Amino acid sequence: MAQAEGQQHPLSIYFWIWGLLFLFSAFSYATDFLPDGFLRTGLILLFMVLKAGFIVAIFMHMAWERLALIWAILGPPILLFFLIGILAWEGDYTVLTRLDFFSEPLAPAGLDH
Amino acid sequence: MAQEGLNPAADALPAEGWQGIVDDWATDKQAFYVPWGKAMMWIFLLSDTFIFTSFLTGYMNVRMSTAVEWPNPSEVFALTFFGQPIPLILIAIMTFVLITSSGTMALAVNYGYRRDRYRAAALLFATAAFGTVFVGMQAFEWTKLIEEGVRPWENPMGASQFGASFFMITGFHGLHVSAGVVYLAVVALKVLRGDYERSGNYEIVEIAGLYWHFVDLVWVFIFAFFYLW
Repeated sequence: MAQAEGQQHPLSIYFWIWGLLFLFSAFSYATDFLPDGFLRTGLILLFMVLKAGFIVAIFMHMAWERLALIWAILGPPILLFFLIGILAWEGDYTVLTRLDFFSEPLAPAGLDH
Repeated sequence: MAQEGLNPAADALPAEGWQGIVDDWATDKQAFYVPWGKAMMWIFLLSDTFIFTSFLTGYMNVRMSTAVEWPNPSEVFALTFFGQPIPLILIAIMTFVLITSSGTMALAVNYGYRRDRYRAAALLFATAAFGTVFVGMQAFEWTKLIEEGVRPWENPMGASQFGASFFMITGFHGLHVSAGVVYLAVVALKVLRGDYERSGNYEIVEIAGLYWHFVDLVWVFIFAFFYLW
């Protein structure tokens, strides 16, 4: 078998990734002190993706697996972006409807919806 | 597993890129050149990915669609030290505890393959201990919020969907951590007893490690989307 002896890598790579995960977690936490906005949102996503990538690639050894396994596992979750997309669309529609029906009428009289 | 010679193709390096995928999938033969337990764990984790994404996407939908103000997690999860409230500090500590446990897990896998069973077992027990600390802190967090009146159906701080999302998402994740602690403790005992020493096969430790790293991975997303967002 190609990996009869399993995944064996030098210890140093684990210590490096461990350190980086600590560092990026500290950065993630630091974003909580930033004002809301695109910068904060962007940094939250950036550190999230970096941490997730390190865990999957190195700690879970995905970087050393064959492409057939990598795509079998990482391919299907791509579909989830459609789920996120349609539920974001739906949520946006729902909140506009709720604001329209539940809030005090702000629009001047005579303006039809 | 240890069936040398049965699949000569396994010993050959795969062709570059897409050709390698096609070669591995196209013929009537084994598709994944990993132990079957590892392939099955990956497929289980794939299904778990869909479950957690459904939870997080549901949370996104209710948070977007509520017309009531969403509570600020940075204040809800603050703790007061020396009269000074520190935002989100409990969650930050939980994050560091879980990352520490991921590191000890990665080392346990490595020492397992080195046939160093006492170190591997000690690291596995350490990982399970960190997991226990994490669940303990989560129990503390739940108690605090329940005392403040947060329920799955209502929430005095704002949108009632906050309670529903919080208990569902962190509860399901906490359940995964608790199950993982039991799983790791069992594997650690078997390592210590020398089961894998006799079979000459420490793959179980790596497979248990995949599960544990996945639990940490899910927390990365929960931390970003539920607590920081």
